[in-house]
Formats: sequence, structure tokens, C-alpha cells
Amino acid sequence: MFDTVTLATIPPEDEALRPVVRKLIDDALRDYPLLARAKTWMGFDADFSRKLGDAGLVGLTLPTEYGGGGRGAFARFVVVEELLMAGAPVAAHWIADRQSAPLLMNFGTHEQAERYVPAIARGESFWCIGMSEPASGSDLASVRTRAERTATGWRINGQKLWTSGAHECHFMIALVRTSGNTDDRQAGLSQIIVDLSLPGVTIRPIHDLTGNAHFNEVFFDDVDVADDALIGEEGGGWNQVVAELAFERSGPERIYSSALLIDAWINHLRSVGRAGGEAARLVGQFTAELATLRAMSLGVTARLVAGESPVVEASLVKDLGTAFEQSVPAAIADDLGSHPDETVSPDLMAALSYLTHMAPSFSLRGGTREILRGIIARGLGLR
Amino acid sequence: MTPADLAELTDPFARLLEAECPPATVRAIEAGGDASALWAAIEASGFLDALVSESAGGVGLSLSDAYGLFALLGRYAVPLPVGETMIARALLGVGEARETATGPIALATAMRAGDRWQARGVINAMTARHILVTHGDALTLCDVVDVVRSTPPAPFSLSCDCEFGPTPRGINAALSRINLRALAAVVRATAIAGAVDHVLSMTAGYAGQRIQFGKAIGKQQAVQQQLAVMAEYAIFARLAAQTGFAAGLPISEAAAATAKAATSRAALRIAEIAHAVHGAIGISADYDLHLLTRRLHEWRAADGSEGYWEARLGALRLASNAGSTVDFIRGAIAGAC
Repeated sequence: MFDTVTLATIPPEDEALRPVVRKLIDDALRDYPLLARAKTWMGFDADFSRKLGDAGLVGLTLPTEYGGGGRGAFARFVVVEELLMAGAPVAAHWIADRQSAPLLMNFGTHEQAERYVPAIARGESFWCIGMSEPASGSDLASVRTRAERTATGWRINGQKLWTSGAHECHFMIALVRTSGNTDDRQAGLSQIIVDLSLPGVTIRPIHDLTGNAHFNEVFFDDVDVADDALIGEEGGGWNQVVAELAFERSGPERIYSSALLIDAWINHLRSVGRAGGEAARLVGQFTAELATLRAMSLGVTARLVAGESPVVEASLVKDLGTAFEQSVPAAIADDLGSHPDETVSPDLMAALSYLTHMAPSFSLRGGTREILRGIIARGLGLR
Repeated sequence: MTPADLAELTDPFARLLEAECPPATVRAIEAGGDASALWAAIEASGFLDALVSESAGGVGLSLSDAYGLFALLGRYAVPLPVGETMIARALLGVGEARETATGPIALATAMRAGDRWQARGVINAMTARHILVTHGDALTLCDVVDVVRSTPPAPFSLSCDCEFGPTPRGINAALSRINLRALAAVVRATAIAGAVDHVLSMTAGYAGQRIQFGKAIGKQQAVQQQLAVMAEYAIFARLAAQTGFAAGLPISEAAAATAKAATSRAALRIAEIAHAVHGAIGISADYDLHLLTRRLHEWRAADGSEGYWEARLGALRLASNAGSTVDFIRGAIAGAC
């Protein structure tokens, strides 16, 4: 079952991007501290995003006629992997690059692509995801934010919640109801581009348990957008969202959130002379699991290259990958806690604490564990 | 080889095993029955020489290309050391050892116990005709008549402890030091991967058919969630096993360790879920599930369980000067491909 996911290798021409990317990152992030790196793709730095854009490393898979790199999914994998492993602050352009621009390419008009994609590819235009609402988390089809037709376009009223990075973004792609009511479920939903600087848009940060304010509430009070803010079909939003989620779920950022912590802990083991015994076994366990998850992620990437939309396969890798990500801080905390007489650097403790506290979000964001397992069960023919 | 080429290769092997090694045959051989007809059919197919070079009369496949064949051996619970023999024939090349060992060959890594060499839990030792054993720096091909095979630890098991005496008797294979345990480990890993795919199909099928409370148990969310986890681990096992094979021969220890550690962990979880979903029927002798789950447990523990290979892999990682674990993976595991 799921026979199409098999071992894939990165083509040499895509692997060739790696040293270029690594050098750029090393030069730009020379003294970047571990704790900042540990945030991986949640760290925001507009200058860094622009630098990557200048180097042609944002929008790699987008068509060259819109300023993209015209490369395939393996090329993007190499670049993404290097960025994640360095803990580079890519949040600003991440969502636009990963899913917003591909969505516009798949379902938007030529005019929309011309207007929005080049700035995304330059690493200058930052986009966020308008899906969750106070009453709509896993039950995405129940969203209540409405867009009513006006003479010039659409008028939006409602609220989005848990919008990552909204306070620093230019645009949101919002899933809204444009016809019918919530009883119609997936029917009557549409995706609309919202310029977040428009009157009527209010963004309030949500402070999290780590002291950061990454998520936001976004309120829409009579926000007027033009007709051409609609992406694709009116009422066709659900299928578009499903396709978008395949992009959101299929990347290696679902397995690498704790990778920097592993290496920081390995450095600790070496420095205290405890690089053997049970600690070595745990290092091996992490290595075997990460190697296999990476192979799975590459296998899914190969399906993208083949032009497929590997919705179920991506869910599979994401669920297993996020479980691994969560297991790492838990196991390392136990290892360090088992040696209470060792000195542990404040940097390592801070990174460990951060990841421990954010770990629940790994299997919540982009689709909860239970939802993903339901998707896989459907793929097994059980639903 | 293209996927189409590979399918051309594995499909006939699948049909052969479907015809010659149904569950009834597995049961008969486990009960002490004669395995020679099954062996003859596999021998006649030419697949035993899949890894032998073309110039030596074989098919000349790379280890990576042969993955599908090895996985099928697991899927059909073949009660003979077929995969081991394929490896052994590739290692032995031409010569006395190869000419002597025309039948099933098991692989063993022996340790000194007092004044004797012995190997614990050698998979398929009971249906082997020869055992290729490493003992220290030496490698010997022993006829099973010269090996003391213990009683298997369980009914139906074809694995046993093997005792080789003060010096294993047989033909010395003149090979530079090979990591036979790692080779056996990747054979086991691919068998696990092939078997768990089938266990997944069987279990999902059962869940779709078994009616309780007026509907298939597969409609229950708790069961769906368990089966989803099983599917995740089945793909995990497949990719791990393929990783072990992808680097080819001579076997990469890091790749072998990754393959066996990951598939061993997956084997346990999958066997547990399979039995949970099947309910009581799963542990009955008549139902076919145990033909696979007994093997999953044996294969998980044999040739190094996950703990053994994780320790090996951890040592390799810690000894390397790779800048990060991902760099290590790319260089020593994936990049070995």
C-alpha cells in the first residue's frame, strides 16, 4: 500500500545548489545564537529573506516568467534542508514560498500571478494563512468569516485565529464563506487575497508560553477588497485548500524542528566526555529515525516532481515526523536529568526548554495528529 | 534500472512464490516437512544468482535493484534462507566453497563461549544445508552435519542456536574481512519491510470485513487511528530497508544499522497493532497472521535488535567529524548510495 513512496535520490544538478546556499547562510548568520536558530522556520528576518530572494533562492519552483527559479521540488528540498539545518530565520517568506505562490500558480489568473509572484520570489512580499478561527480548528469547513458581494468586489467580516506572522505580513489568503451557510459545509467556500494594510483589518498578537508572540488574531470589519482578490472559483475554495495543504504538509520542515537540538546535545556529550553507552545508543536512535524520515520526505518530494498531489503520503510523513520531533526534547531532557551533576550550558538549556514548550504545536499546526490519521485511514479505504 | 525494468524482474518472482510458497507450504515446512520442492522451484528460477555477476553466470543485479526480490521473501514468509543464499553466492564468487554449497545457506556470526564458537538464534538454520559463519577474522562454510543445532525455542520456529566446536569445520572462504552481521541485518530488514506491507493489507482488510455493533470495526475511529500508525510504520520500514540496500556491496555499516534499527522498531509496533485489530483470531494457529508476526518478532531480535544497531550507529555518528547529524546522514547513510 502507498507503493509509490520509495527511496529517491537528489539529482546532481539540484545537489549542486547546496554549497551555494550554505555559504550564503554561513556568511549571513555568523554569530546567530542557538536559541534563535532553534526556532527554525518560525524566526522572522525581512533582510535575510530579501538576501535569499536576491540570490534566487526564494520561489525556486515558480515559473521564471514570474521571477521564479523554474526549478523542481528536489532543488527546493536542498535549499529548504540547508535553511532548516542552519536554523535560518525564514518565516517572512516561508509561507508565500511554500504554498501561497504555488496556490496562485495552480488556481489564480495570469494577472494575479503577474501582480504578486515576482515580489514573493524577490523575498519581499510576506504572506500568511487565513484558515483557523475561534470556532474552526480541525473542522475547517465550519469557518464563519464571510465575504459578501459588493458593486466593486467583496466585503469581508469575521475573524481568523492562530495566524502565524500576520503582524509582519503584507497579505493573507483567507478561506471565507461566499455563499450558503455553515450547513453547506465545504460548498460555498472561497479563497480571497486580503491586503492586510486595508482599513478594517485589525491584528492582535497572541503571546505564547515561551514568551514569544508568533500567532495572531486577525479581525475583519467591513474590509472591502476588489473583485480580482478572489482566487480561482467562487465556491471552489475547499478543493483549493486541500491542494494547498498538500504543499503545506509535504516538506522536510515536518521532521527537522529538533535537529539543531540533537547536535547541540551531541556537542554537550563530547564536551563532558560522555559520548558512549546509553547516550550513544540514543544518538544512534535519533540518527536512524531521522535518516529514515528524510528518506520518506524525499520519497514524497519525488511524487511532487512526478506532478502528483501526495495528500495522504504527506500526511503520513508529517505525523511520523512530528512524533519524532516531539520525542527528541523529551529524551534529551531525560538524558540530562539523569546526569544531574553535569554542567549544562545555558544555551542548550534554553533551546531545550523552548522546544519542549513548543513541541505540542508540532502535531497541531498544519493538521492535527488525529485529523492526519483520519486522512491516512481514508487512504487505506476504511472511511 | 527503471521501475518498469524492476517490475519485469520482481513480478515473475512474486508469481513463483505465490504459487510455490502459499501459507500451507510454510506451515508444512515449519512442521518439519520437506522443503526440497520449494527450493528446487526457486533454484530453477535463476534468482538465487541474482547478485552474482553476469560473467560468473548470474543476473548481475546490484543490491539496490534486488530490493524487491528480498522484500518478497519476507512478504511470503519463505521458510528457507533464500536471501542469505543470494548474498552468500555473491560473496563466495567462483571456487570450492561456491561449488560445494548448492543448497540453502544460512548466515551466522559466531562468538567464543568458553572453548567453543557459537551463534545464537540463527534465522532459518533448521532448513539450511550450509552455514556461512564468521568467527573472529575467519569465514567458513560449514555443512550442517558439522554443526550442532539446538532445538528451536518455539514450535514452528526454524531458527536455532548453532554450535561450531573449537574450530568451525568446513571450507575456508578466502575473503577479506566482511561484516557478515551487517549483511544478515539488511537481509532481515528487507524481509521485515516486505512482511509488514502484507500485514498492513491483511489487517486493513480484516478491519473492513469484521462486523461488530452493526458495522465494520474499521469504521471505528480508534481502529482507524491504529491502522494509520501501522501504515506510517510500514512506509518507514520500507524506506529504511531500501536505505540499507541502496549503498550496495560491500555493505555500509551505517546504512545497515539504519535499516535494521528502524525496521526492528517498526516490526514490533506493527505486530502489536495487527494483533490488537484482529482480536483473538490473530493468535489462533489456523489464521495466517502468526506466520508473519512470529517472523517479525524473530527478525527484529536477530542479527542485532534495534538497541544493538542504534549503539553502533551512535558510535559512528559520534566518531565522525560531520558538522551535523544531517550532514552525517547525507554522507554516511544516504550518500553511500
